[in-house]
Amino acid sequence: MDSRSFLCAVLIALCATVSNGGEASQAIEAIRAVGPKGEGHMQASRAAVELSNASLGDLTLILQGMDGANPLATNWLRVAAEAVAGRALDQGQDLPVAQLESFALDRSHSPRPRRLAYELIVRVDESAPDRLMPQMLDDTSLELRRDAVQRVLDAAEIAEGERALALYSQALHAARDLDQLKTCFEVLEKLDSKVNIAEHMGFVTKWHLIAPFDNTAGKGYEAVYPPEHEIDLAAEYDGKEQKVRWVEAASDDPYGIVDLATTLSKFKGAVCYATTEISSPAAQTVDFRLGCINACKLWVNGDLIDSHEVYHAGMEVDQYIAPVELKAGTNRVLLKVCQNEQEESWAQRWQFQLRVTDALGGAARVKVVSQ
Amino acid sequence: MHAVGRLFLALTLATFCASIGRADWRQFRGGASSAIADQLKLPEDWESSQRWKVDLPGRGPSSPIVVDGRVIVTCSSGPKQDRLHVVCFSEDDGQQLWHRQVWATGRTFCHPSSSIAAPTPASDGKRVFAFFSSNDLLSLDLDGNLQWYRGLTYDYPHAGNDVGMSSSPLVVGDRVVVQVENQGDSFAAGLDVETGETRWRIDRDRRASWSSPVLLPAESSSAYAVLLQAPGGLTAIDSRDGKELWSVETECPAIPSATARKDLIVFASGGALALRPNAGGEPERIWQAAKLSIGSASPVLYQDNAYVLNSAGVLKCGSLADGDVLWELRLKGRFWATPIVCSNGLLCVNSDGLLQIVSRGDKPKVDQTYDIGEVIQGTPAVSNGAIFLRSDAHLWKFSSN
Repeated sequence: MDSRSFLCAVLIALCATVSNGGEASQAIEAIRAVGPKGEGHMQASRAAVELSNASLGDLTLILQGMDGANPLATNWLRVAAEAVAGRALDQGQDLPVAQLESFALDRSHSPRPRRLAYELIVRVDESAPDRLMPQMLDDTSLELRRDAVQRVLDAAEIAEGERALALYSQALHAARDLDQLKTCFEVLEKLDSKVNIAEHMGFVTKWHLIAPFDNTAGKGYEAVYPPEHEIDLAAEYDGKEQKVRWVEAASDDPYGIVDLATTLSKFKGAVCYATTEISSPAAQTVDFRLGCINACKLWVNGDLIDSHEVYHAGMEVDQYIAPVELKAGTNRVLLKVCQNEQEESWAQRWQFQLRVTDALGGAARVKVVSQ
Repeated sequence: MHAVGRLFLALTLATFCASIGRADWRQFRGGASSAIADQLKLPEDWESSQRWKVDLPGRGPSSPIVVDGRVIVTCSSGPKQDRLHVVCFSEDDGQQLWHRQVWATGRTFCHPSSSIAAPTPASDGKRVFAFFSSNDLLSLDLDGNLQWYRGLTYDYPHAGNDVGMSSSPLVVGDRVVVQVENQGDSFAAGLDVETGETRWRIDRDRRASWSSPVLLPAESSSAYAVLLQAPGGLTAIDSRDGKELWSVETECPAIPSATARKDLIVFASGGALALRPNAGGEPERIWQAAKLSIGSASPVLYQDNAYVLNSAGVLKCGSLADGDVLWELRLKGRFWATPIVCSNGLLCVNSDGLLQIVSRGDKPKVDQTYDIGEVIQGTPAVSNGAIFLRSDAHLWKFSSN
């Protein structure tokens, strides 16, 4: 091929790439426009088919398209990226590892496309975890962070003495997934370095409780009892069966579980209110992460932030997550926990647990105010 | 004949032969949701009949489906079970053809024995509709290209059950019917198979249900009535617009699904309840048999008999004429998987992965057992003389051919 022919070929290839890139950008925009209840679906469906057939050169463009996209669009784009990468690998093409690595390490991109970039790298480069993971122990992608923590835990498992203690401590402060945290808690206790789990995870353990109000036939969930109007810890109200007043309760459960059936009584068809105050050093956005096996409502500073009319369908740490704007100073928390009248043995629990965290699940900079 | 005409005829014949050469198993319990594969002769030597075994990327009680030479399985993985997988393998050799993943947009808490990949995918022969307990629903073509995707919890934030949900989607004509019944946003919906857009949505009782929608077969090929079993009874709806056709109010267990054929519907209620469909509307109650108690596995109707597994693992055969128990046989273990009717017996797979092949007839017995050695909750799939089983870690093909 002479130089003129070569130049022409390069120009044609460049034009083709730009053209395809333009089409890919339009397709990405169409997909990013998808919304709830099928909004934008017709356009996105056509774009998805088009994008799945995009060239390998468009792969990073698709990843960039996932930045800031809503969870639905993120998934549409992920599958398209997988189709493009998978086809390229089947055809013996090399993935653009350097570009992908740069993308994966750049925390200005959204966590999910960064994770996808990492997974694509690992498909073709077995050495990538050794190279990349040490930089990801404090990553904003919880999936990348998890893998980084796991490497520390694996190293800790075969280490001894002070080295093991240091590695488990390092893992403890980086870990956000409950299973990895539990591993750290258990081993550190054996190494005479017991962790205050409730404090480490940000569980609220000090409460005032008042019960029972009436929840016969589930009517208490919507009923508005006095604590929803005012919090007066000295007040006395008409309860379901008798006068009721606030009592102090402190959970000594490591995961902050407040067991109302044992702390109060095994009331059925009953509503309990729990309240506490949280002090924040500054205005900040935090997560309120609630676990509750009963129907529940949660207010912060008088605003209803979460509600679930679900009975006995499981209780987990971080079962319900709601972001909340805390004000500087004292913030009032009110929780309503409704027990129903089911008689089955598995329907007797009346419990909750609440923790206050940052967006990644680390304990928030707040303090429970003792009253 | 003109050359072009001959070519067209040849292509048509080739396509036809190809289509009848492959027997698909496109949904939970196979065609007609019947769990009947009476052309299949089960292997006598399972060990040597294993054709292939492949790793899966995650857990799942969902069943495999088989479409046009592809075996498709759903899985979930990760500490929060929030990574959802759709994996496609070659039916012939188990080679992975494609693997697609999304992040769950709905709730992913569930009972430890289940996973988010509990619903079995469904197919219309051109597309795969992969549904998950998180209410994420993907439509992929048979080459793994995304056609559309919905996150129904994103639309209805309180649609979920932290025990997990398991209702499998059903394809009827140009609708994918999903049954999302729970204590929060409880509904059934019909989505357009082409675009994924919601064509109809109906509110359902706010009580948890794990049952799957079932097509009521009709005399014509254009059946459209779909049966929705829920704790409060059995309802028939029109798959085209979601309108109720009829309803039978009765207390039902919330896990097994109904089984229907043109002349009979059997579902769990006070044991087993049998209805005779009526083209004019309300079905006729035929019998209710307290002794035909139905556990988690769904009932199987074959010829003149019903086969049910109760919650203690006792297999019972009942007469479809009156519901009388004809025989019963205690099997080992407990069952999630629905038994499969095969030519030489009933294939019953318990949740410990023990295959028990039960002879049919007046004096049933366990003819043969084979221990897979892994937890199996999904009903087996059967296609082209082969059986496909999946655990939380593996997918197997067994065939004596």
